[in-house]
Amino acid sequence: MQLFPCPFCGPRDETEFHYGGDAGNTRPDGGDVPIDRWANYLYLRSNPKGAAREIWVHMNCGEFFVMVRDTLTHEVLSSSALGKEHAA
Amino acid sequence: MTASRLATGGSAIDRSRPLRFSFDGTSVDGFAGDTIASALLANDVAVVGRSFKYHRPRGIWGAGVEEPNALVDIGGPHARPNTRATTEPAHDGLGAKSVNATPNALSDRNAFLDRFSRFIPAAFYYKTFMWPDWHMFEPRIRAMAGLGKVDTDWISSGPADQINHHCDVLVVGAGPAGLAAAKLAAGMGLSVTLVDDQQKPGGSLGHRASEIDGRPAAGWLEETLASLAGGGHLILPSTTAFGIYDHNLVGLNQRHFDGRPDTLWRVRPRRIVLATGAIERPLPFANNDLPGILSADAALAYLRRHAVLVGRRVVVATNNDSAYEVAEAIAEAGAEVTLVDIRRDGMPAAPARIRLFKGRTLASAAGRLRVEGVTLDDGTRLDADCVLVSGGWTPTIHLFGQARGKLAWSEARAAFLPGNSVDGISVAGAAAGAVSLSDVFAGAEKAVASLGQTKAVTPRSTGPEATAGIVAAWPVPGSKGRIWIDYQNDVTVKDVELAARENFVSVEHLKRYTTLGMATDQGKTSNLPGLALMAGITGRTVPEVGTTTYRPPFTPVPLASFAGARAGELMAPVRRLPLENVHRASGAVFQEYGGWLRPAHYGGRNADAERAIQDEAFRARQSVALFDGSTLGKIEVIGPRAAEFVDFLYYNTMSTLKPGRCRYGFMLSENGVVFDDGVLVRLDEHRFVVSCSSSHVAAVHARLEEWRQDRFGRGAVYIHNATSEMATLTVSGPNARKLLETVGLGLSLADADLPHMAIGHGSYAEDAVRIARVSFTGDRSYEVSIRADRAEPLWAHLRQAGQAFDAVLIGLEALMILRAEKGFIVIGKDTDGTTLPHDLGVAGPRAKRQNEFVGRRSLFTEEASRPDRMQLVGLTVPRDEPALATGGHGIERRGSKPRSIGFVTSSYQSPTLGQPIALGLIERGAARHGETIEIQHLGKLRTATIAAPCAYDPSGDRLNA
Ligand SMILES: [Zn+2]
Repeated sequence: MQLFPCPFCGPRDETEFHYGGDAGNTRPDGGDVPIDRWANYLYLRSNPKGAAREIWVHMNCGEFFVMVRDTLTHEVLSSSALGKEHAA
Repeated sequence: MTASRLATGGSAIDRSRPLRFSFDGTSVDGFAGDTIASALLANDVAVVGRSFKYHRPRGIWGAGVEEPNALVDIGGPHARPNTRATTEPAHDGLGAKSVNATPNALSDRNAFLDRFSRFIPAAFYYKTFMWPDWHMFEPRIRAMAGLGKVDTDWISSGPADQINHHCDVLVVGAGPAGLAAAKLAAGMGLSVTLVDDQQKPGGSLGHRASEIDGRPAAGWLEETLASLAGGGHLILPSTTAFGIYDHNLVGLNQRHFDGRPDTLWRVRPRRIVLATGAIERPLPFANNDLPGILSADAALAYLRRHAVLVGRRVVVATNNDSAYEVAEAIAEAGAEVTLVDIRRDGMPAAPARIRLFKGRTLASAAGRLRVEGVTLDDGTRLDADCVLVSGGWTPTIHLFGQARGKLAWSEARAAFLPGNSVDGISVAGAAAGAVSLSDVFAGAEKAVASLGQTKAVTPRSTGPEATAGIVAAWPVPGSKGRIWIDYQNDVTVKDVELAARENFVSVEHLKRYTTLGMATDQGKTSNLPGLALMAGITGRTVPEVGTTTYRPPFTPVPLASFAGARAGELMAPVRRLPLENVHRASGAVFQEYGGWLRPAHYGGRNADAERAIQDEAFRARQSVALFDGSTLGKIEVIGPRAAEFVDFLYYNTMSTLKPGRCRYGFMLSENGVVFDDGVLVRLDEHRFVVSCSSSHVAAVHARLEEWRQDRFGRGAVYIHNATSEMATLTVSGPNARKLLETVGLGLSLADADLPHMAIGHGSYAEDAVRIARVSFTGDRSYEVSIRADRAEPLWAHLRQAGQAFDAVLIGLEALMILRAEKGFIVIGKDTDGTTLPHDLGVAGPRAKRQNEFVGRRSLFTEEASRPDRMQLVGLTVPRDEPALATGGHGIERRGSKPRSIGFVTSSYQSPTLGQPIALGLIERGAARHGETIEIQHLGKLRTATIAAPCAYDPSGDRLNA
């Protein structure tokens, strides 16, 4: 079982987390977004071998965050809180 | 073999505590401290089981976890199948049965199979039983092959414990390496957990001659264990580390032998020291699977621990030095011993009174139910009642391999050793290839050196030192006779040769094709000889062939151990209503709906259920109905950008909602599909309550949080899930208002003050109540929400006052009928994973909205605009016909071929309308009202007429009646 570092709670078992998708998959807004751009947002995933930037949520505290982990070795490279730009 | 118990000795047994158990119905005497295997040997029981495929007689091979043959099913309160007799303690009254033998191991009626062995090589079944169909043959073949049987009548004494554990250092294996590492780590002030799979820790110190710090090893062992225990460190005997998982989580299987189920430990150590020892390999010769042929080291363990002498005329065959101590000890104990060493020179001197054959090895063994003699490769015949073999040592590096450690081939050891360093893991002792005790201690010191300065002193070996001196003796292709490689799975040299001929030369293919290294054994004694043989056949080196992937578990772990307490009701716990007991007292029949345990109906069990439901649904429309709606979501959205937030989350524009009002709407997924529906309440300018479907509360909450954090920011909105804080009691029907006025909630219920889709605030007793005038029945309805712990008096009051109005309690089944009469949908029942909002007749926001919302772009794809999309419709059938089957397909014919054009999603008998009603999703349905279509279900055809979804009160007059 992997140990994931929640930026708010510290290292916790992976069973406490849900996967939230690729980080950086920015949502294109608007009713006239080109359809292939929208399809990429919905369905195209990079699925890298090696370092991957991903969104995870720690179910216990409810916080979403960015984690960089190696999909081959399962080494966790970093984790950081989401949305610093919105900080009050 | 004539094995026997010696009159004296045996460090593990307590002769003052005799015991008796049964094996295959025969009673066996032993002493406390015996394993089932040691007691069977002491009673000269040679045949203890039958082999997996050929039903060959098999005897005890080893003295521990490496045992491939002696599996027994244990019955009674401690029942467990396929248990190794070598690791299971004997106790009084225990009942053990051999596996894969009918009626017993000694006389097995399937033994004839062995005579046909040449016709049933590896993969024979797959090749032969193909026509007409493997499944025709499978049951009989499965019944004949296989090992132990699960006792399906056995009931567990309780859930298995699971323990999460943290420590600085976890030492796996309490032999000399593990003990030394534990002692040194403890001396650094670190917390140590020491596990050992034997009942009595000590490993090789228990039976190999050794002297530590100038005295016998036994004394050092006791002192070291006592000092660890005294220092507060955890020592777990009878506990196997069966797997290393991601980020060095270690799984331990702890056995109790008192009827308690095994305990599962999940350990998170900072450092793991693997001191797991090594396993002795067999030697290849014809009929090397006969009972009475044992691991030499095991024979020494039985002699010194259990005072069991395994034979009187013993041949010891070896390719390394370790068997010499065995030969000497067995001879000293009174056996006539002959040593056969494959080496011509470089071996230790033959002990006194022992005849030594140099440069010789065994060609074959003879005997029927037990070994009677051997023939050497020069043709010499020797009588023997027991043959001990040592083919060298395979380091137990399974856990290291599981942790993705790489292995390196050592020609000097004729074995794979740990080849690289793995973060957080060190390997010490025989597992790392150490042979002499001095090397073992040096390795232990190195294994923990990086962890700190220790106050403990590294132990010193002051006695005889073991040497390796091994020359390889792998099975070779083209050998005569049947030479077993994998005892447990009946794999011989010829099977491996066959696999190679058919090009299954990769080790992973070899394993699957021949079953080499499978089952409970996982190739502990057989893997290396098997792949060395494949190397020989294909002209490669052993490291070129490589090993199969090491996977947990190292030894079998009961499934109950992984389940722990997560069984029965705790497997998927239901959520419960605050008023559950009150409903039970009212005769409610409960069912689980979307994770909630809710009243399905009141009264009327089994055959009467349908009548009760019809009665509830009918009476609800007559006067007034009471319904517990506490499960409805109540998620508060609060903050300066709350209105903007709900606009984005909902398909419908919500920011225009006035404070004190409610609006019905959809939430979509980004692919446009309707995800949830429900009412949004606006309490004030910056505060909303999302009243989502009961079964979607967690998912909606997570979705709100995700968009809040990922798009709006923490300061913009705040989300609070208040679902379980309040109970919601629903009063519905023409007399709903009158009933509530009788009860008195401290606010005006006049339609001018509280119209449909408005909310009001009142009080009951001391508590604030929130009243939402929304309706899922189509009748005038009030949802009254009150603190969950104060709901009971209000419910009682409503029921008491309701008597004057002939009020009826309704469960979820009646509510489903009422909402279906109105054409109100349930998401996931009346919609599927393709349903878009305009398929449900709600096309306004799609056409009009100018601002952004979840799923917006997906509503304008080619697919979303297809004219033949399935759309929500009502389906009617004649009054005297039964209701349509939910799931029945609407069909259309092109020529004679029927084609599905949609399906029935909800279907009920409506007591109020006196006829069946149904909802469905039908292609182009919105434009086909009045059209009659065929409905097919389970091969039967009926007709139904497409109608508007709402079958009852389409003008909505009853909302204000
Ligand atoms: Zn957290």
